[in-house]
Amino acid sequence: MADTSLPANATEKRAARVRWLLLAPALLVLLFAASGPLLITLVYSMLTPGDYGGVIWQPSADAWFNVVLQRDIFDDTLSWSDAHLSIFWRSVKLSLMTTVGCIIFGFPTAYFIATRPKKQRDLWMLLIIIPFWTNILIRTFAVVELIRNEGTINTVLMWSGIIDAPIQMLFTEFSILVGMIYVYLPLMVLPLYASMERLDFSLVEAGYDLYATRMKVLRRIILPLVKPGVVAGSILVFVPSLGAYVTPRVMGGGNQLMIGNLIELQFGQGRNWPLGAALSITLLAIVMVALMVYVRTAGSEEPKHG
Amino acid sequence: MTAAISVRNLRKVYPGSPEVVALADASIDIEDNEFFTLLGPSGCGKTTLLRMIAGFEHPTSGTLTMHGKDLANLPPYQRPVNTVFQSYALFPHMTVAQNIGFGLEMLGKPKAEIKQTVGEMMELVKMSQMADRQTGQISGGQQQRVALARALAPRPRVLLLDEPLSALDFKLRKDMQLELKRLQMETGITFIFVTHDQEEALTMSDRIAVMSAGTIRQIGGPRDIYDHPAERFVADFIGDTNFVPAEVAASKGTDADVTLSSGKVIAARMPEGEAMQGKVTLAVRPEHASICPEAEALLPGTLSEIVYFGTDTHYHVALDDGTGFVVRRQNRPDEISGFSTGDRIGVQFAPGVGQVLRD
Repeated sequence: MADTSLPANATEKRAARVRWLLLAPALLVLLFAASGPLLITLVYSMLTPGDYGGVIWQPSADAWFNVVLQRDIFDDTLSWSDAHLSIFWRSVKLSLMTTVGCIIFGFPTAYFIATRPKKQRDLWMLLIIIPFWTNILIRTFAVVELIRNEGTINTVLMWSGIIDAPIQMLFTEFSILVGMIYVYLPLMVLPLYASMERLDFSLVEAGYDLYATRMKVLRRIILPLVKPGVVAGSILVFVPSLGAYVTPRVMGGGNQLMIGNLIELQFGQGRNWPLGAALSITLLAIVMVALMVYVRTAGSEEPKHG
Repeated sequence: MTAAISVRNLRKVYPGSPEVVALADASIDIEDNEFFTLLGPSGCGKTTLLRMIAGFEHPTSGTLTMHGKDLANLPPYQRPVNTVFQSYALFPHMTVAQNIGFGLEMLGKPKAEIKQTVGEMMELVKMSQMADRQTGQISGGQQQRVALARALAPRPRVLLLDEPLSALDFKLRKDMQLELKRLQMETGITFIFVTHDQEEALTMSDRIAVMSAGTIRQIGGPRDIYDHPAERFVADFIGDTNFVPAEVAASKGTDADVTLSSGKVIAARMPEGEAMQGKVTLAVRPEHASICPEAEALLPGTLSEIVYFGTDTHYHVALDDGTGFVVRRQNRPDEISGFSTGDRIGVQFAPGVGQVLRD
């Protein structure tokens, strides 16, 4: 129902207005849910902390300073902030180990499911997904129950006489790792399964036929072809692992902090919102750099499908 | 000399309810340098047999030997056998040359040798220009050639081909049939070829095994199978056939005299090792019979239809005994049959042309 009586430029203006109106919901979401909060975080990171939390509107670079440096309380000399750096290092290390662990456990799982008859696959997938639907706290405490000193594993080991005293597994980096692998495993299995399901298994047979042993078929044929799934799964696992909060808190018992816990501390007991904000942005930067490095190295060998 | 591939009472049963017998007691000896075809409709067990030779399936019972050596416990990657897959199964993440060299690489051949052999193979299948292409960038016919080159490159003792031409269009298929035959002659490798296309089987094979329902029905050369089908299934599956009711009057070895419904007696062939009595069915190929005036007929009837096919004409005759009979006659510009639909007419065929079918 274009109004032909209107001059051409008026019709154009109206079309432009309609276009903006249609774009509005997406723009609002981007503004209020993504870039807006990020911008606030960025601004807060450059302000002075208030005494009881919050911020005082007074520009300050202290927060950014404190991300990696610390000032000695006696002689004011600057030094690397060992506490923060070790937390960063632990976070990156545990996240990498979680990702690798998820690949190690997730790959055979996904392969197993993908090679079942079609009717059974959904059932197996359901078994993978059900824990995924369960609250993360419940899942984490389930692992706690297994590995705590009076837990299932220690009880069985002591009862069978293999050990005399319980093995301290809870509240260690190991326990965080176990918890995170368990919690994030479905995020690895799902994309891996999706790419394996599409795998043409006659290619695997062709590999065997051409004198490739099982290991070589895995390395030369299956892995390159399901690589998109491995890449996607790794990103899905690595990113949330790096910012993980609940699992390290419960499994680490408060003395094995990861970045997520450190950030939470600043907004809570620490009452240092600018530092928390600066740490959040740092986390974001670490994730972005890691992803860029990863995608670049993984993508360089990406097969060119014709 | 021991056979290249010897199959003895091979059986494959897939469990389940009901269990599926994919192959029931198959026995074949395939000689060196032979172009051997497994022919049958889908589900006849031909692919199962091929996959067992390749090592992808394990026999339920029976033995499988290659030059006298038992293959049963060898995984596919230890069998000197290569396969050309129906879907070609080219590795999509490798170039044409990498695909062809894969087998040699896995065998641990030196780089220089791989390069040379890959070059020769690409020459052989006329794909030299395409070495660095990705497999997705070449046509179906070219993919077919690459699959062939890849399977031939490691110089297998036996090459298995699982309906490799079925995805090609008619013209390309004709070319590839000749090409395959040429490759087999040039390389001297034993080819075991699986197809459901009887014409393909007849054109290329040295010998054919006709299979149905998990059983081998007949083994023989193309001519032998076509001219002397041993049983109804074979006669029906390969080419067109008239089934003529008859009765055995006398028989000695593979020679027999049979009485037709018209009361006339004619010489026919008995399947090997059979001595059937009483009522039998005779197979007569349409082009082995001819039409004639009623007076000279072996089997009298009425000409019901004339169908023109360009190269030849089919005459459908409604015989007086109630059965139908088709005569195929090659068209020549200087000859006309002189019969028209509705005429009283007769069918004739020479002594020894009819083949008595096993029940």
